[in-house]
Amino acid sequence: MAIASDAPKDFRLSMLIYDTRFRAITIQVIVLLLVLLGVAWLLNNTIANLAAKDKDIDFGFLSARAGYDIGQALIPYTNDSSHFRAALVGLVNTLVLAFFGCVFATILGVVAGVLRLSNNWIVARLMTVYVEMFRNIPLLLWIILAYVILSETLPTTADFRKSAALIADGLPPIATMSFGDTVALTNQGLNVPSPFFTRGLGFINIGDLAISVSFLAVAAVLAVSILVNMGVLRRARVIQEATGDRPVTWWKSLLILIGPVAVLCIAMGLSFDLPVMGKFNFAGGISIDHAFTAMLVALTLYTGAFIAEAVRAGIQAISRGQSEAAFALGLRPNRTMKLIILPQALRVIIPPLISQWLNLTKNTSLGIAVSYLDLRGTLGGITLNQTGRELECMLLMMLIYLIISLIISSLANMYNASMKLKER
Amino acid sequence: MSEHAVDLSKMKISDEVAIQIAAMNKWYGTFHVLRDINMTVQKGERIVICGPSGSGKSTLIRCINRLEEHQSGQIIVDGTELTSDLKNIDKVRSEVGMVFQHFNLFPHLTILENCTLAPIWVRKTPKREAEETAMHFLRKVKIPEQANKYPGQLSGGQQQRVAIARSLCMKPRIMLFDEPTSALDPEMIKEVLDTMISLAEEGMTMLCVTHEMGFAQAVANRVIFMDQGQIVEQNEPREFFNNPKSDRTKLFLSQILGH
Amino acid sequence: MAPTSIAFTRDTMLPPELPPASQRGAVKWARENLFSGPLNTILTLLALLVVFLIIKASLPWWLNSVWNASSLGECRAIVAASAGEGATGACWAMIRERWHQFIFGFYPPSEWWRPTLAFGLLFVALAPVLYSGIARLNTMMVGIVGVVLVVVLFLLGTDGLHIGLVAVLMAALTGVARVATPKLILVTLLYPFVGFFLLWGGSVWGPVGVIAGFGIMVLVYNLLQARLGVVMATALGFVAACVWWLALQTTVTTALHSILPWGLEAIDSDQFGGFLLAFTIGVTSISVSLPIGILLALGRRSDMFLIKTLSVGFIEFIRGVPLITMLFTASLLLQYFLPPQTNFDLILRVIILVTLFASAYIAEVIRGGLAALPRGQYEAADALGLDYWQAQRLIIMPQALKISIPGIVSSFIGLFKDTTLVAFVGLMDPLKGVTTIVRADINWKGIYWEPYIFVGAIFFVVCFGMSRYSMYLEKKLKTDHR
Repeated sequence: MAIASDAPKDFRLSMLIYDTRFRAITIQVIVLLLVLLGVAWLLNNTIANLAAKDKDIDFGFLSARAGYDIGQALIPYTNDSSHFRAALVGLVNTLVLAFFGCVFATILGVVAGVLRLSNNWIVARLMTVYVEMFRNIPLLLWIILAYVILSETLPTTADFRKSAALIADGLPPIATMSFGDTVALTNQGLNVPSPFFTRGLGFINIGDLAISVSFLAVAAVLAVSILVNMGVLRRARVIQEATGDRPVTWWKSLLILIGPVAVLCIAMGLSFDLPVMGKFNFAGGISIDHAFTAMLVALTLYTGAFIAEAVRAGIQAISRGQSEAAFALGLRPNRTMKLIILPQALRVIIPPLISQWLNLTKNTSLGIAVSYLDLRGTLGGITLNQTGRELECMLLMMLIYLIISLIISSLANMYNASMKLKER
Repeated sequence: MSEHAVDLSKMKISDEVAIQIAAMNKWYGTFHVLRDINMTVQKGERIVICGPSGSGKSTLIRCINRLEEHQSGQIIVDGTELTSDLKNIDKVRSEVGMVFQHFNLFPHLTILENCTLAPIWVRKTPKREAEETAMHFLRKVKIPEQANKYPGQLSGGQQQRVAIARSLCMKPRIMLFDEPTSALDPEMIKEVLDTMISLAEEGMTMLCVTHEMGFAQAVANRVIFMDQGQIVEQNEPREFFNNPKSDRTKLFLSQILGH
Repeated sequence: MAPTSIAFTRDTMLPPELPPASQRGAVKWARENLFSGPLNTILTLLALLVVFLIIKASLPWWLNSVWNASSLGECRAIVAASAGEGATGACWAMIRERWHQFIFGFYPPSEWWRPTLAFGLLFVALAPVLYSGIARLNTMMVGIVGVVLVVVLFLLGTDGLHIGLVAVLMAALTGVARVATPKLILVTLLYPFVGFFLLWGGSVWGPVGVIAGFGIMVLVYNLLQARLGVVMATALGFVAACVWWLALQTTVTTALHSILPWGLEAIDSDQFGGFLLAFTIGVTSISVSLPIGILLALGRRSDMFLIKTLSVGFIEFIRGVPLITMLFTASLLLQYFLPPQTNFDLILRVIILVTLFASAYIAEVIRGGLAALPRGQYEAADALGLDYWQAQRLIIMPQALKISIPGIVSSFIGLFKDTTLVAFVGLMDPLKGVTTIVRADINWKGIYWEPYIFVGAIFFVVCFGMSRYSMYLEKKLKTDHR
């Protein structure tokens, strides 16, 4: 070994391939050259093609007027706004859909996964049917089906109208509103009540974005409640450690978490703006586009099935011996679940869970099937078609998706690193 | 194992009954695993149960703390009958310790947390007190210095000693051992058996499923041989090994001691 | 305690008995599995309610199915006539009229035997991979495929000549499988060319020319390997093949075609559609992505910084963007990256991008398989004096691939489902492409459950079947390891 580490006395060319000291470098240099050649070839082609089409690469179009409308715009947007603004609206739509999708899919998946392991035969079978059905049929089918059912089976807005002819005949309108006249399901969209405060705290403006101080206040109170509740739980643990008896906390937690928020809402005069049938259309409330509803329903059901499978696998991965040992020590099943099974199962469940969140986020791009104007629909859709800037739009869009994905997967990596079991 | 200070054969066995099993039967589906089991265990007894694999010996001791449910007959542990009544099951489980073949330590908790978990949540012991007890028993099984490590960082023998300490922390009156040395390397078997012997010397009531015949001869006051889900022969160890009565026992002993 | 009081010997063994009546039978089963506690009882009742509601809502619809009608209106009239006004009923007549578009797209009916045969041969090509060398299983597989093929071709109304030819071909292949099982791997190697020729048609000399290129590569390698060594021989063989493909092949094949104009009717890519398209894209992409995925996985585990970085970068980039963006790249951007005036088929462009997409996922699956191998396997291979590629080929890959099979199958299932997305770049996938065409027909306007149930059912059968098969394989592999 001592000789091998010495500098070579007489260098031969064949050593580049057959000497372990140079082999790796040789290979890497060759690969680098090949990759550079490939990239150069691609770039060269691109430049030639762009020149042939009399195009250049220029992101200036982002500040030009977009000129198209977006149905669901959660930040201020008109068709006079820029393409950049349109892309931003699309990104917000993507993120909102992904967020609600992840929340609902996780709840559904955890419930379905746990129920699938239940010793109740019929419930377990039902959940198996659900999971297998959604896992083995393309997501696109569920999206389109949900959209078609919503937009083709629900009554039209006109059906809700008390037309003069109907009143004359003493007949009710063809369609009626659901849930005690608070929600109107029409083939155009879902009209639901919107909350507002009669004695609200007003708004603050950041740029052209108006933020409701009332909602901020509710959020702040909720955050404080959660902190206080954590304090209560910590105190319960301290008492348990000192005396052995754990004080009962569930009703305190319930009170602390719900009470202050409820009081604040009442104090600010929370009320709901109900959708009301006007002359031709519904006024008041919020109208939720079917594209959003269909996407949310389909993504939730589809991803929920995958999460259910991950949850089931996670719980089953904990050996029977673990719960037996806990039982043998006298722990009750619910304590065994909380202290022994869950902490271990979570380590197994969370990584695939996060990867399902990642999948769901990427799958929001299927909004194209129902013309949901997300990032792909705005930047990679209408903007791309209007400006003809395929290269720029696609690059930007891929980059944004990549950044979102990297953020989610770095979350997963951080979790994995922190939860690794210590072993010899 | 003869160098131990206490002569186990002279140890007093009380007349109090610790476990009473009468006409107990168990089925897995339609498979009859335990057939008409009758046995009485007095306080302070050290019983070794042996038999070929699949003879139902593990199932029997797992019935005693109701990790398995029996379908007919009676099991009374320390005056409490095991029925589907959760209160009774809790009571029995908190007084009966169990050591498993594969240790079943909780890998996400430290050694100390493994030992204090049940005292804190089941016995409602203050944490500090539970930790003191845990350290006491960890010293007893001779691994106090590992208290803050995780199970995965210990050798098999050490893990099994932690498992014993974990059971002892609940101050059980009866200890069940389900093949405690079968998953261990030969050089680690002795450290676990030594721990068990010192437990016996303190007068613990023990039921042990094991193939360690040396241990049976040195420690047990009674050996039970099971086959096909029934008790085929039981006797004090010397008689059992030197003068087996049943043909099945003879065959089993010749296979296990034959070389 | 006196020994006499504990001594006990059983003289007669007890025979096994049945559990007491209260411990068996339906009552016990129901009590344990449905009504073991208040919560469980509530769950059971809820579940029964759900099942009841689903059946109540859908049973009449299924029972009133109509199979013979020429439009949705006619269907509804028939349902109203037979089951009364306001009754609902499925209109399967649409499927009866349009099933072929869901399966073949606009592929000409007289040529349906070609994709069918290609699909059948796929299983013949898979047989040696799945049942390495076991003559009985291979023969069974090929034989069954042959019989099914002939029956299906008959049902498709294929002319007698082609059924006869297929029957003879399959009989011959069954014979090969029986007598010379290892030779069946030749079918696997030739399958890509045969499949391409069957699906797209055209002159037979094109695929033959491509095969000839590979022949030249092997020939050059064999001639030079002894003198120049493996690396140089491979490189020269590759160069020779490239010279053939790029410079000579077209001239030679054109000449051959003018002498012997053998071939099949050429089918344009825009006539492809339905499940034919889904399978073409899915199967091609997964099989081509396997070798790329293996290389990427090895690259990601390499000690060489540059190679590792490139592999990780590629894999993470692909896994970070949605498939749709890759498909749009195929339809919008690929033209920018290739030399000017290159213009080729959209299906081919889609396949290229889908392959790149799949290879990143396959790479991760195989990396998992490699990581699952114990270190000892690498050390043993090194100790035997094998070089890197020998060790990979002989020791590591056979084991790693075996472990990865379930993962590869589930990647394929995912990809197969995702082939529906090609609808968005204008291809006619079964789900959106064909269904939109059907729903745009004035006769079938307003129909929605039936086409989606039909397409969904086929997807379900294929995907569920594959996932069950891979679970079975997984179980088998697990027992093998013990």
